[in-house]
This record gives sequence, C-alpha cells and structure tokens, in this order.
Amino acid sequence: MSTITFTLNNSQVTVDAPPMTRLLDLLREHLHLTGTKEGCGEGECGSCSVLLNGELVNSCLVPTLQVQGATVTTIEGLGEHTHLHPIQQCFLEEGGAQCGICTPGMILATHHLLEKHPAPTLDEIREGLSGNLCRCTGYMRIFEAVQQTAKLAEAGK
Amino acid sequence: MAAKESIVGSPALRYEGEAKVLGYAKYIDDLHFPQMIHGATVRSKFPRGRITAIRYGEGIPWDEFTIVTWKDIPGENTIVHLLKDHPCLVQEIVNHPEEPIVLLAHPDKALLRKAVDAVTIEYEPLPAVFTIEESEAPDAPVIWNSEAGDSPNVFKTYLMEKGHVEDVWATADYIIEGEYSTGAQEQFYIENNGVIAEYSEQGVTVWGSMQCPYYLHHALQLAFGLPEQKCRVIQVETGGAFGGKEDYPSVIGCHAALLAMKSGRPVKMVYDRMEDMAATTKRHPSRTRHRTAVSKDGKLLGGEIEFAIDGGAYVTLSPVVLSRGTIHAAGPYNWPHLRIRAKAVATNCPPHGAFRGFGAPQSIFGLERHMDLIAKTVGITPEELRRRNFLQPGGTTATGQLIKDPIDLNGMLTRALEESGYHAKRAEFAKTNPTSPIKRGIGFATFMHGAGFTGSGERRLNSLVAIEVDDEGKPEILVSSTEFGQGTNTILCQVAAQTLHISYKDVRIAQPDTDRVPNSGPTVASRTAMIVGKLVEDASHNLLTCMRASGLLEETYTPEQFCHAALAYKQQHGELRATARYQAPDDIFWDDDKYHGDAYPAYAWAVYVAEVAVDTRTYMAEVKNFWALQEVGKVLNPVLAKGQVEGGVAQGIGYAIYEKCVWKDGVMANNQMTNYIMPTSADLPPIHVLFEEVPSIHGPFGAKGIGELPMDGPAPAILNAIEEATGVRFNHCPLLPEDIFDKLANPTLISADSSQLQPAVAGPVFSGTTP
Amino acid sequence: MRSDVRDYTLTAPGSLDAVLSALAANPRLTPIAGGTELMVALGVGRLGRHELISLDGLKELRFIEERPETLILGAGATFTDIRRNAAIAREFPLLAQTASWTGSIANQNRGTLGGNIANASPAADNPPALLAYDASIELVSATGRRTLPYDEFHLGYKKTVLQPGELIYAIHLPRRFAQHRQYVRKVGTRNAQAIAKIALAATALIDEAMVREIRLAGASLIDRPVRLHATEALLLGKAITPELRTQAAAVLASEIKPIDDIRSTAKYRIAVACNLLDEFLLSL
Repeated sequence: MSTITFTLNNSQVTVDAPPMTRLLDLLREHLHLTGTKEGCGEGECGSCSVLLNGELVNSCLVPTLQVQGATVTTIEGLGEHTHLHPIQQCFLEEGGAQCGICTPGMILATHHLLEKHPAPTLDEIREGLSGNLCRCTGYMRIFEAVQQTAKLAEAGK
Repeated sequence: MAAKESIVGSPALRYEGEAKVLGYAKYIDDLHFPQMIHGATVRSKFPRGRITAIRYGEGIPWDEFTIVTWKDIPGENTIVHLLKDHPCLVQEIVNHPEEPIVLLAHPDKALLRKAVDAVTIEYEPLPAVFTIEESEAPDAPVIWNSEAGDSPNVFKTYLMEKGHVEDVWATADYIIEGEYSTGAQEQFYIENNGVIAEYSEQGVTVWGSMQCPYYLHHALQLAFGLPEQKCRVIQVETGGAFGGKEDYPSVIGCHAALLAMKSGRPVKMVYDRMEDMAATTKRHPSRTRHRTAVSKDGKLLGGEIEFAIDGGAYVTLSPVVLSRGTIHAAGPYNWPHLRIRAKAVATNCPPHGAFRGFGAPQSIFGLERHMDLIAKTVGITPEELRRRNFLQPGGTTATGQLIKDPIDLNGMLTRALEESGYHAKRAEFAKTNPTSPIKRGIGFATFMHGAGFTGSGERRLNSLVAIEVDDEGKPEILVSSTEFGQGTNTILCQVAAQTLHISYKDVRIAQPDTDRVPNSGPTVASRTAMIVGKLVEDASHNLLTCMRASGLLEETYTPEQFCHAALAYKQQHGELRATARYQAPDDIFWDDDKYHGDAYPAYAWAVYVAEVAVDTRTYMAEVKNFWALQEVGKVLNPVLAKGQVEGGVAQGIGYAIYEKCVWKDGVMANNQMTNYIMPTSADLPPIHVLFEEVPSIHGPFGAKGIGELPMDGPAPAILNAIEEATGVRFNHCPLLPEDIFDKLANPTLISADSSQLQPAVAGPVFSGTTP
Repeated sequence: MRSDVRDYTLTAPGSLDAVLSALAANPRLTPIAGGTELMVALGVGRLGRHELISLDGLKELRFIEERPETLILGAGATFTDIRRNAAIAREFPLLAQTASWTGSIANQNRGTLGGNIANASPAADNPPALLAYDASIELVSATGRRTLPYDEFHLGYKKTVLQPGELIYAIHLPRRFAQHRQYVRKVGTRNAQAIAKIALAATALIDEAMVREIRLAGASLIDRPVRLHATEALLLGKAITPELRTQAAAVLASEIKPIDDIRSTAKYRIAVACNLLDEFLLSL
C-alpha cells in the first residue's frame, strides 16, 4: 500500500492504495467519482480521460503512485448543476452527447484542445479529439459543439 | 393554447442531456449496492465438443466462491428468443467458442479473475463449421438440427415470389450475375454489457444496460420458472447499444440473477472490452447472389436473389434478421418478376445478433453493388439505370405492397447528385485520375428502410403506453421504450408536450421498470418514433379527453390551467392516467406464409453519395466527403435527427472500409480496441445531412422511422465510388487496403470479372463472381 | 482489468541516481515512465514483470538540449515535448511528424521517447525517423555511461543491447540535415491512434544529381526497427534512374521480412514498402 496525496478538483485528497492501482479505479472505486468512465482499459477510447497537471491523460494508464503531489481534474470538477461549463452547455445544445458514455472524456479533451488552440481549425479539432472514440455521433455534432464554445469564448473577450 | 411555436420539429434539448454532460448520469458500472459482489463467466476455449470434466485448479479459495452450473437453474436451461435452443449454461455440448459454462461470484474482483483462469474444461472435440460455405457443404457435419429448422444446419428459410421469374430469362437482352458478401461487424458501444441482479423471496430483479427490458423479463420467467409478477427488470442509463443490447442482456441478465440467487447477495456482472467483443453478438456475415434479367434499355425484367446469413451457433434473432434482409433485398425498384430465396445457417461462431439495420445493410449492399454492375453491363450510367427502375407512387414493392405515399425518388436523386456536385466531379476525376497516383471517385446508393416490426409483428407486439400525472400536475410518460443515445426520451416528451399543449420541460418520462411501465415493445426496428410516438400522441389525447369529460379542462387552456385541472382531477379520482394500445391500421395486410403484402406501414427513402480517394501507393481508400439525403416523414427534432444520420453514416463508413472481425476457428482474434478499427474523428469526412419531409399518417405529426436507415447506404455507395475511382470491382465489405492491393496488384483476378468485358462482345450472360 | 494490482510493486525514488542505485541492487526491477505500454499490458493481464520503478517526473531525463553540433533529447521527453519544440520542428521535421502520430494526444502527453525505444516494438513510430537522422543513443547505469550508434541498439524482436541496471539516457541527433531531402510516411490502420502496418523514413543528400548520402529506415519490415543498409548501398553514389528505382525495389524486397498478422499481410507490406521507397526516390 502507498499513501498518496494529490489535488482533486481543487481539494486535497489523501488515499491509501496499492501503487499500481490505475488512477481510473482510484477515482471510481476509492473516491466514488464515477463520471470518469472505462471503455477499454487499454488507452484507446479516451472515456477515462482526465486532466493531470493540466494535460489530458487516459486515467486507465496512470499508476496511482504517479499522481502523488499532482493536480487532477475530472468531469465533476468542471461544472455543476446550476452552472454548466460553457463546453458542457455547447455539447448539450449542439447535440454533442448522445448515449453520454464518451461525453465526460470528450469534454475534457475539448477543454485541453481549447487551452492549446482557443480558435481551433477543423483539422485541429479532428486531431485533438481523435483519441476519444464516439460510436453514436459520427463526431459532427461534437465538432459543432467545440466550434460553438470557441466562438462564445471569442465573443466574450 | 399556450404552445404557439411548435415543440415538435424544434431542437428541444436532450431530456437527460444535462446529467450526461456533467458526468452525473449513472450507468450500470457506476452503481453500487450494499453487500454487492461481482460475477464472472467461465467460457469454452474451443468451438465444439462434449464436456468430460470441469476442474477447479489449486491456489484458489473455492469455498469463498459462489459457483453456478446448469444444474443450479431452477427453471428451463434456456435463453428464450424465438426458440429455446440456446442454453443459459452449457450442460454437455459446447457449440461455439466463448460459450458460458460456469459462473463464479466473489466480493474481490481481482481474485475472481484468477479463479476464472483456474477453471479448466476438459472435452472431446467435435467437428465444427465456421462459414456459410462450410455449413451448407454436402458433407458438412450436422451441428444444429431441430424440428423447427428446415434442414440440418439451417435455422430458417424464406421464399418470396412476385410474378413468374422463370418466364423472363428467355426474353432478356442481358442476364447479369453477381455475388456479394459482407463480414461480421461489432456494435462497439463504448459501454460494455453489464447488469446487477438481486434475488429474494419476492422474486428476481435485474438492473442493466439494455434496449428491451421485457425481453429479459421474459427470459427470467423461463430460466427461473417464476410468474411474471415475480420478475422485475429496470433499465439504467445505457452507453450505446445499436442492437448489441437487444438480445444479449437476456444472457448476462439471467447469469447474474443465478449468481444472486445462489449467493443471496446482489451480483454485478460487467464485461470488460475483450470479453464483450469476443463473446457477445455481432452483425451477421452474409452472402447475396443475384441473377438479373434486363432489357437493352435498362429495365429490370426479373431477378432471382439468394440471400444467406451466418447465424452463429444458436437461432437467437436470426429468423427476423433474415426476414428484414430478405424484404430489403429488392430495394426501391420495380421488379415485375422476382424470386428471393433466403436462409440463415448455423455455424460454430458465437451467435450473431441484432445490429442497426438488422439484415438490411447486408442485402442492400449486394443489390446496390449489383445495380452498378448492371448499369455498366448494359452501357448506361448508374444514375440512368436507377431512374428507369425506381418505384413510383401507385407501384408495388417486391412483397406486393402498393406505394401510397407521394414519394419522388427521381427528384431525390436529382437533388442528392446536385448537392454533391456529382456530375462535375465525375467529369473532373475522369480527367485527373489517369495521371495521378490518387484515384478519386464518386458513387451513390438508393435505398429504403421499413419502419416498425415486419409484417404482422406490430400486431403481435400489441404495444401499450400510459401517461400518468404526478403530484406536481406534470404528465409522466410510461413506456418500456428505452433511451440509449438515440433520443427516445426527448422525442416522446416533445410529442406529449405538443399534444397536451404544455411546455416540453413540464413533461417527464419514467425510468423503464417492468413493475411500473407497460410493455410498449422493444426499442428496435426504427419503431420508437413512429409506433410508440403515435401511441404517446394517442395517450395524450386520451388524457385530455378524460380531463375534459370531467369538466375540469376547457377546450382551450394555458399550461397553468392544465396543471390545476390535472391536480384537481387527481384529488377527485385518486389518479389521472390514460393509456393507448396499438391498433393495426385497417389497410395493412400481411401474409406470413406467402411472405406477401404490406411488409411495413411506412418506409424511409434515401439517396447517399460518397466521394472517395484511393491511394495507389498504399491501396488505402478514404471517404473524402459524404451526402446523406433522406425522406423520413416529419423530423421531430432536427438536432437529434442529424445526429442519428451522422452516427449511422459513420458506422456505415466503418462497415465499408475499416471494421473487420478477424476470425480464427470461430474465435474473434482482434477483440481489442487497438485491433478492431473503428473510425476516429480524424478518419471521417464531412457528412452533409439533408432531409425531405413527407408526413406519414402512421406516425405522430407525420414522423417515420430514422434510426436504422443511415446504416444501409454508406457501404454500397462507398464501394461504388471505389469502383469509379479504380475501375476495379470489389464485392465484399469491409474492403481493406490489403484487399484492394490483392486485386490491383493481380490483374489476373480482375480479368475474370465480367465488369472488365464489353457487353457487345461478352454475350448474354455475365458473371460478376470473382475467385 | 485483468490483473491484480496487489501482485505488483512500484516505487518512485525521485532522482536518477536513486533509480540507478535501485536498478543496480535489484535487476528484476522494470522501469515505467508514462505507462502507455506497460499499463496496457497490466490492464489486459499480460504484464509479466511484477516489480516496477517509476521514471515519471525525473527532471534529469526530461529535457531537450540544443548544442552547436547536436540536439540532445532526454529519454523522458514526451511526444508532446517533442511536438512543441521549435528546433525539432525546424531541423528534424520527420521526428516532429512521427511524434505527432504516436498514439493519441493523451498518450503523447504521457509517453516518452525513451519508452518508445526501450519497448522495442518493430512497429514503433519514432525509431525510423531516429535511424534516418543517424542518431546515437546514450545509456546510463550506476557504473557509468556509454554512447553507441542507435542503429546498433536493436538486436531482435523486443531485444536490445540494454544490460540489467541500464537505462536509456538520451538520444543525440547530429544537426546536419538542413540540406537533406527528407521523407517519412506511415501506413496505419487509420489516420489516428494507429499501429503502423508499415512506415518508411528517409534522408538523402543529393549533389549534382547523385546520391551522396542516404539513410532509409522502416517500421514493421522485420522483427525490429531497422535501417535498410542493402538498399542504401545500392543507391549510394548513383543518379536516380527508372532502372535504379526498379533495382532498389528488388533489393528492398529482399532485405525485409515482414509478417502476416491480424493487422496486415506480408505481401502487402512488401509491396507498400517498395511503393513508399519509390515515392521517395521520385521526389529526389
């Protein structure tokens, strides 16, 4: 067992877990944050995406020991019922979520993409989200949601 | 009236969308019950054999485990679908790899995994078959036989006839033959199959990711020998399904319930990706053979179609998949004479099952590829061939169904070709291709898809929906129709809100729970918008009638007045509830024996155009642009409808050129996301979605079905475009670069193909069959 | 999840020296950096090494240093680091390109160059570019350092010259490719997140229409990342003619031994390798 302390959605947490525990399982099973989903367990689908020190990662491929002292943001840290994050609002309005299982990861990937490219081209969006598989939408509504978020951010400046 | 602007037809926000974007939505693996333990499955690692021993290896504390075998099943050892040939757990004979034999449960998931690996199954092997060809071979081992089957290894056959096809061959100017085949396809929902089961003296309850709660409800009654009131099924948020959670939840649901019964604790069973891909259903592989008589001027005179699908080891849903595939094999064309022989055969692969389109994508692939071959052979364009043979209002389909709706396929084809710049691109590519290593092409497919259950299916389903007003005066829709991304919740609430003249956000829809919701039928077959939507509309009218009859509601009212009236009614009568039951339209007839009549109350019609580029250095084909034009009746929600079409087209593109199941003796060898290639956001072209709306009398506000249609057209449109680009015919999907290489690099394979022959010198019979 | 994490140990000593000491003391330790390979193996139940030591966060390994003659990439540089580096984009575009198609963005944020090399997959994305740039590889252990041509690093399928207790420290790229014609192409199963069915990287110096210098390297052509010495030898010192291109394809086909697997076929791989080579030669 290892004792790991890190910042999760702006709060400091300390947990005891075997050091090779996947961050995904730590979040879901130890900390009961089930917004992070498991789709494949092999780093292919992106459903388990979280932000680790601000960078997008697949939480199924991060051993818990490696988040010691780090900052982790999950979907639960992005918005809340009374106040959706603009990305969440745009996904809702543009039809970016269908079955919803890829949605938390997709929204975090969008967050990461817009940090790097505030006004992304379509090709940048296509590449930036290519690690997050969606079987429902064919991605087109998701592209719309990303572009709409960027547009709103630009207008809000 | 309050609702001035129409709610139906507006982009109402997804009913459960906020919970999904926030990550609050709870899927099955997100739920935890007190005392809950985990279940797992020990499966066969061989395709067919007789079990001689089951050994529980050393190093595992077996006394801590709940162990279930077929002997523990209190009722019948069957997963009932159409027949009872499919065992819940193997008793003696294994019929496919990954077949469930033993179930284990334990509180510790990691130990459970080790225990599964520690069980060994000893067996005597039996001969097995893995393809349609092996199954139908004269000397094939008999792997499946039943009184219900037509002959050994055949689950089901259909014979569909129109006119007298034997008379046409002598008068035909051309007789054109072709053989087309399609591979299995994984549904690839991102959430794997999963359930939680609980068992007590009150009965059995299963929560799960599924499409059809009443299917599992029925399966539980048989496996447990319990009356229906002692079985309860609750659908939870479902992370994609596409048909893959139509029949399979009956298997995993019964398994978890058996473990719950024996352990006395709630049991969660959630497959991981490798198990889900290897063990659960996929789209049926198929083979379609065409023999078509055509006149010099490109009129279809008659045809024979042989359609075969590989059902896997048990019947499951194969007869109904075959049925839809058979009816759609004729396409949107006028056939004076036609004979279709169809069969579903048994193989020792895991059972194939439902997947969006349900047999239609397979037979439409064959037909739409064959139409391009006919055009080439006759010497007219693919466009002209279709124009000369389109069904028209007043015409009859291959099942003899009179086309009553004012469809205009010629107009749709004109629009789709204009929107896509088809003619200009064809001319441009003809000029640029000869000198470019990238060969570009544009092709299309025209097709239709029937909405609702086939033939008398809806009569048999006899669906029921209810609307009940809650304590806040808000109507709640009670249906077993489930949401798994397509938008069921949203469109049904839109229909109710519009009919009741109240706000969309004031309508609720109940969680599908068989203790609470009536059976509105399974959520399949493009039936929810049209059939269930109509029933929701009817029930809403019945609710208003009831309120008005009581004198509490005027003819015109505000939403507030509705709410007050509803609460007042409840106070007087205890509850306010209205129902509506399916009533077959008077003018719909179907003959199950002759396979003749009105196959579906309504069809959606479509023209899909694909633009491709094939790189002759890598032999990779890529779809560069895509246009999807469809007539689906009234579009209930434009954002959701677009999403349905785009998602279906994406799956169709995957089916055409990416998604291959690699089989080794019935075992899926590439059962990992790394190795089963689904398109990413970087692989898909722009998808232009275009609608035409011809309201249908059968659906609410004129809506028809939309869900499956977009799966039908992409594969043939893309392969037609690839033929345009390369000049080479490919008749199998998925078409991978290795397949393109095999033909482009081996001219001998191409020369055997009739498409390379000039009709003038080839004589009257053309065979499109390639070695 | 098909492994029991309680069966595994993982430590993070926090400095390179401490890691090297630990490796020297316990040869069973397996280094894990970004986890994009080993954690996949853990998930599918195929991680045979049970004692792991973390390289994640070691500042000594995560650097990209510009020296006058060479560019030095620490083994802990992530693919995102490589993609964002201006000197690499300018002088070693093939590497910037191969880094961009290594897994997904999320995996590029975690995966390291050293991990990609040490994992030694014949399909690995970055080794062909490194081979085409005539890279050297610097190894480090508790007892010292050694540097050797990267071309000598891979010995066979998943076999390398790494000794017990030894780590990849850095890759050295000579900064002398400004005048070279450069080429890289990956043929994967799809446009993103794909494992290479085959890839070819090439650099060549052309002077007065003659090939003065040439390096060819590929992925999934043989059991390891490989330089194509026989083909290079044929082309060196010659002018590119149609006859020479035909000969080059024949030599290439004879020096590679791709396999049939669930992703592709040997004959396809050979044909496409020859086509890619030809595409490069035509561009010279």
